[in-house]
Amino acid sequence: MKRPGRDDAPDRLYTLTGGRSGSGPDSPFDLVTLVVAESGPTVGMQSEHAAVLRLTQAPTAVVEVAAELGLPVSITKILLSDLLAAGRVSARHPRNSALPDPDVLEQVLVGLRNL
Amino acid sequence: MDSATSDVRTPLGATADNGLKIVVVGGFGVGKTTMVRSVSEIRPLNTEETMTRAGEAVDDTSEIRGKTATTVAFDFGRITLDERNVLYLFGAPGQERFWFLWDRLFSGTLGAVVLVDTRRIDDSWYAIDRLERHGTPFIVACNDFGGARHAHSDVREALDLDPQVPLIDCDARTRESSKEVLITLVQHIQSRYAGQRAHAAASPREFV
Ligand SMILES: Nc1nc2c(ncn2[C@@H]2O[C@H](COP(=O)(O)OP(=O)(O)OP(=O)(O)O)[C@@H](O)[C@H]2O)c(=O)[nH]1
Ligand SMILES: [Mg+2]
Repeated sequence: MKRPGRDDAPDRLYTLTGGRSGSGPDSPFDLVTLVVAESGPTVGMQSEHAAVLRLTQAPTAVVEVAAELGLPVSITKILLSDLLAAGRVSARHPRNSALPDPDVLEQVLVGLRNL
Repeated sequence: MDSATSDVRTPLGATADNGLKIVVVGGFGVGKTTMVRSVSEIRPLNTEETMTRAGEAVDDTSEIRGKTATTVAFDFGRITLDERNVLYLFGAPGQERFWFLWDRLFSGTLGAVVLVDTRRIDDSWYAIDRLERHGTPFIVACNDFGGARHAHSDVREALDLDPQVPLIDCDARTRESSKEVLITLVQHIQSRYAGQRAHAAASPREFV
């Protein structure tokens, strides 16, 4: 199994992200933010960006993108921030609040019972 | 066998728009991955978060280049609840040194399942303490590894468990049992928040 961040040379991660910061505390992405491609990959696009766009043709959580790409979550968020800024993906953020919506809790219960 | 790359992906429906989180936490080998697998619609996937010593997610590769970063692996599965809601289940190691991972996983989490092996109860103390402090709703599920059954009262006492916190037995290898664990957790979350809402309604600040 590929263990990015451990086996990968740090230089590869550095190249992927341009050494930039982008997933700090104000990152818009939660682990379960669902990412959806707004366009397909284009020729000459950075290969990880192209891979994200292929993966997210259907809504895909940030954590799934990370697992499928074999990259740490934090690096994945940087890639996603780039794509979001370029309008190539959209993000469906979890409807979180301090107190979960009772309707959502009921939907969770119904969904679990139907499993 | 877990793998970072699945051969066949099961995509979500196009209308999915709300990701929800539940964390399964517990000591080494207590059955976290087994529980995630038994209810997940995808083969559990594995990924990792890289953190600095200070517990901040690494957002700058200079941290990775230096020696200050630690990497923690966690696995997760997925349950499509309906056309909009998707539940992600995270299995997280329960040892104290992983606290920074949980604080990230717990933020915005509906609640947590603390998986306990009654032969190694002390493995769960730290996780429970942390969840209580964090205010994350949780239940305790005792995974059945055979051997003598422990009376719930003994387990509660050993864990110094709040009487409100549900304690149930489970077999993480079966879907029905794991499903029951999750249902118990969600019902507990419902009653906890119903109490909080009633409390908020009883102090009508908006009308002052
Ligand atoms: N008898 C019994 N065995 C179980 C149960 N749940 C899990 N196991 C077994 O216990 C072993 C460890 O289970 P895992 O799911 O890998 O445990 P884990 O908590 O993910 O382990 P780590 O991630 O290594 O900490 C496996 O061999 C499982 O088949 C259970 O309910 N009963
Ligand atoms: Mg495991």
